[in-house]
Amino acid sequence: MSIETTHVHQSGVSHEAHHEVHHGHHHETFLTKYVFSQDHKTIAKQFLITGMFWALVGGFFSVIFRLQLGFPDAKFPWLEDLLGEWARGGQLQAEAYYALVTMHGTVLVFFVLTAGLSGTFSNFLIPLQVGARDMASPFMNMLSYWFFFVASIVMLSSLFVQTGPFSGGWTAYPPLSALGQASPGSKVGMDLWLVSMALFVVSSLLGGLNYIATVLNLRTKGMSMTRLPLTIWAFFFTAVLGVLSFPVLFSGFILLIFDRHFGTSFYLSDIYINGQALPNEGGSAILYQHLFWFLGHPEVYIILLPAMGMVSEILSVNSRKPIFGYMAMVGSLFAIAILAFLVWAHHMFVTGLNPFLGAFFVLLTLLIAVPSAIKVFNWLTTIWKGNLRFTPAMLFALGFVSLFISGGLTGIFLGNSSLDIHLHDTYFVIAHFHIVMGVASMFGMFAGIYHWFPKMYGRYLNNTLGYIHFWATMIGAYLIFWPMHYEGLAGMPRRYYKYDIWESFKQFGTLNQFISVVAVIVFLVQILFLLNFFYSIWKGRKVTTLNPWSANTLEWTTPINPGHGNWEGEIPEVHRWAYDYGKDGKEFIPQTTPVSADESKH
Amino acid sequence: MTTTSYLILAAAVLVFIVIFQISKASEYVSTLKGEEKSNKQTNRINGFLLLGFMIVGFIGVWYCNELLYKQTLFPQGAASEEGEKIDQMFMITTAVTGVVFILTQFLLFYFAWKYQAKEGRKVFYFPHSNKLELIWTVVPAVFLTVLVVFGLKFWFRITSDAPKNALTVEIVGRQFGWIMRYPGKDKTFGKTNFRAISDEKGNSLGQIWEDNTDLKLKSDPANYDDVVTTQTMYIVKGRPVKLIIGSRDVIHDVGLSHFRLKMDAVPGIPTTLWFTPKYTTKEMKERTGNPDFVYEISCDQMCGNGHYSMKGIIEVVTQEEFDLWMAKQKPNYFVANPEKDPATQQQATPASDTSSVKIAAVTNGK
Repeated sequence: MSIETTHVHQSGVSHEAHHEVHHGHHHETFLTKYVFSQDHKTIAKQFLITGMFWALVGGFFSVIFRLQLGFPDAKFPWLEDLLGEWARGGQLQAEAYYALVTMHGTVLVFFVLTAGLSGTFSNFLIPLQVGARDMASPFMNMLSYWFFFVASIVMLSSLFVQTGPFSGGWTAYPPLSALGQASPGSKVGMDLWLVSMALFVVSSLLGGLNYIATVLNLRTKGMSMTRLPLTIWAFFFTAVLGVLSFPVLFSGFILLIFDRHFGTSFYLSDIYINGQALPNEGGSAILYQHLFWFLGHPEVYIILLPAMGMVSEILSVNSRKPIFGYMAMVGSLFAIAILAFLVWAHHMFVTGLNPFLGAFFVLLTLLIAVPSAIKVFNWLTTIWKGNLRFTPAMLFALGFVSLFISGGLTGIFLGNSSLDIHLHDTYFVIAHFHIVMGVASMFGMFAGIYHWFPKMYGRYLNNTLGYIHFWATMIGAYLIFWPMHYEGLAGMPRRYYKYDIWESFKQFGTLNQFISVVAVIVFLVQILFLLNFFYSIWKGRKVTTLNPWSANTLEWTTPINPGHGNWEGEIPEVHRWAYDYGKDGKEFIPQTTPVSADESKH
Repeated sequence: MTTTSYLILAAAVLVFIVIFQISKASEYVSTLKGEEKSNKQTNRINGFLLLGFMIVGFIGVWYCNELLYKQTLFPQGAASEEGEKIDQMFMITTAVTGVVFILTQFLLFYFAWKYQAKEGRKVFYFPHSNKLELIWTVVPAVFLTVLVVFGLKFWFRITSDAPKNALTVEIVGRQFGWIMRYPGKDKTFGKTNFRAISDEKGNSLGQIWEDNTDLKLKSDPANYDDVVTTQTMYIVKGRPVKLIIGSRDVIHDVGLSHFRLKMDAVPGIPTTLWFTPKYTTKEMKERTGNPDFVYEISCDQMCGNGHYSMKGIIEVVTQEEFDLWMAKQKPNYFVANPEKDPATQQQATPASDTSSVKIAAVTNGK
C-alpha cells in the first residue's frame, strides 16, 4: 500500500508517533491540537461549531424579521435596546428588515448549509470512511477552515458598519448591489460582503480539492469506488460541484467589484439615479444573474447532496437492511450533479430570457425530478420490510425524506416556466426552497450530528432532548412553510417589509402572526439542541462500545476516541460494500469482514 | 428592557431548565431500567407518533386548504385570458403531484410504523431490483413529459408576439414607483435617452424632444404627443395590451398577480409582456365582493429599502371610458413645456386638464 505509506509520511503521523501522542502528549500544544489543528476530525468540529454559531445568528435574524412580518404594528422596546437606530421606538425599520433578510439568506446558505454541513461531515467522514489517516493535504484543510473563519469575521464586521450590512437580497443582483446610491446597504457593507464571500470561495475550493483528492487517492486496500458508502459518493459529487461552480461565482464577484470601484460597465447601463445619469453604458445586469446562478443552482445541490448521502447511510443502518439500489443511488447522484449545471436559467424565466432558450431549461429542470424520484423510491424500499430503530438520527432521516418529497414536488410547479411566471418571487418560492433545501438539509445535518456524535466526542447526545428536538422541528417546519404556499398562490411577493398598503395581499395578517409564533418556538427548540450538544460534549453518557449503532462502515473500527491518524495499528482492509445488513441471517457484516466461502451472492 | 420582558425571559429560561432536567432524569431512568427495554419503549412511542403525524398531517393539509384556498386568487379566477392557461396548468400539476405526494408520504410513514423494530423480525435482504428501478425511472419520466408538453405549449403562447390590435403602453420602474407612457395619436413612442432624463424639467423618461448637441441627440417629433402618467395605468377590457417594460435605475419587476403574469424591468434592456384583460375593475369589485378591489402592480424584484411600497394600479375600463380618459390627457411635452402648448397660448384652461397636471406635479415632486 504505497499510497497509504506516503500519506502517513506526509502528515507526519505514523502509528508509532500516534502511540506516543496517546501516552505522552509529546509535541501537541493546545494551539496545534485545538486551534491550528491539521487533524481532519478537529477541523470538522471547528466547521461544525462555527456553523452552529452562524445558524444561531442567522436563525435569530429570521426571528426578528418574522416578528416584523407577524406583528407589523407592535412595538418591541427590547428590539431598540438590541438594534438601536435600526429599531427606532421598538419598531424594526425597513433598512434593518432588508439587512436582516439578506444576512439570513447569505449566512444560512453559505456559512451554515455549505460550510457547516459539507465542511463538517466531508471533513469528518471522508478519511474515516475511506480508511485514510487524514486528508490528502491536512495543511490545506486547515487553511480551508481559517479562510472560512476570516470570511466569517469580515461578514460579522459588516453588521456593525454605520450604513449597515448589505441589504439587497442574498443573490446580490446589480445594479442594486453595485450602486451605493441605490441603497445604504450597498455602500461599505457590500464591499465587506464581497470580500467575505471571496474568502469563502477560497475556503470552499481548498476544502473541495482536498475532498476530491482524498476520495480518489487515499482509499484503503480493498475500498474500490463501488464499495464506498453513499455518504462518500455524496461528498465527492458535492466537492466536484463546488470546485467547478464556485470559480464562476468568484468571477461574477470580481466583475461586480470592478463595476463598484473601477468605473467598468459589466453590469451597468442606462441608469439614472438620485437625479443623476451615470456614465455607464453597454453593460448587462442579466449577465450577473447568469454568473450567479451558474453557481447558485449547483449550490442548492452542494447543500442537499451531503444530506442525501448521510440520510441514505443512516436509513440503511437503522433499518438493519441494505440501501436499496446502491448503483442507482450513485447514478442518480451523478445525474443530479450533471443536471445541476444545466438548469441555472430556471431562476431567470421572467428576466426577459429568450422563450425558446427557456424551453430547454424547463426540460432539463423537470428532468432532475427523475433522479430525485429514484432516490425517494429507493429510500422507501430501503425501509420496507426492515427492522427500524427510531434513534433521533433515524427520525431526522425519515423527516428529511418527507420534507424532500414535499419540497421537491413544488419544484415541479416552479420549474415549469409558464407556472413560474405567476409563482416567481412569491411566498410559494419561499415555501419551496425552505422545505426542500433549507429544512431538509438541516434535517440531514441533524441526522448526521446525532448519528456521528458518539464518534466525534465519545459520548452520546441526550435522547429525550433529541426526540423533543425532532418532533418540535418537524411539526414546526410544516406549520411554518406549508401555509406559505397559499400566500404564494395569492401572488404575495417575497421580501416585503409589510403588506398593509396592498389590497391584494393584506388578507394574511393572522396567518403571518401564526407563522411568526411557530418560528419563534422552533428557534427556541434549536437552542435546546445546542444546549444538549455542548452539555453532552463534556457530560453526555459515555460510549462504551466501539460500534454503538452496529454499523458496517470503517469509522466504527477506530478507537472510541481516535487520535490524529485515526487507527492505532494498520488501517483495516475492506472486503465488501458497506451495506451487508441482514444478509444470510446475520444482523450486520462490517466492511472489514472477509467474504466467506458459503456467503450468498447478491 | 421592561419588567414584562424580564419576566418572559425568566419564564423561558425556567422552561428550558425544566425540560433539560426531565430529559436528564429520563436518561438515568433508562440506564437503570436497562437500555434495551427503554429502547423498545421509545421505539414504540416514536412509531406511533410517526403514524399519528401522517394522519394528523393529512388532515392538516386538508384543513389548511379549507382555510386558505378562498384567500388565494383561484376562487375569483384569472383576470386575463393568458392567466386562465396558467391556472389550468396549475391544476394539472397539482393533480399529478398531489397523487405522488399522498402516495409517497403514506408509504414513508406507514412503512416506518409497520416495520418498527420487533424482536425476532427477519429483515428482507433486498439490495436491488432492476425491474422496480426501471419502473420508477420510466413512470416519473412519462408524467414529467406530459407536464413539460403542457407547460411549454402555454409558455410559447404566452411569450408569443402580441396581436396587431394590441394597445401598447410603456411602463418604467424607478425607486420606488412606476411611470407609464402612451404613444399618443401617432401610435409611435418617441425616442428616449436616459441622459435626457430630468425630473425637474418634467421629463421623467428622457424623451428626446429637443436637440442636444452635448449628448448628440436629435429631437424626435414622435415625442410631442406621448402621454406620460404615474402610478395608474388605464387599459381596455377584452383588448390585448402589450407592455414595454423598462427601468431607470435598478432591476424591478412588473408583477400582475390577478393576470397571473410578471416580467422584470431591467435598466438598459427593454422587456415585453402582453395579455388580454377579461374584466373591468368595476366588474372585479362585484365578482370578488370587495368594493375596494383594485388591480395592483407589485414590484416583485428586490429593488431597495422601499421595495415593499412600490405599488402601481391598473384600471381596466371599457373602450369608451378609455377614449374619454385619453382625451383628457395632455401630452407630456406640453405638460413640461406649457409655453409651447397651443391650448395654453389660447388662454383656454379646460377643467379636464387638471388631472394630468396633477400627475405631472407628482412626477416633478419626486
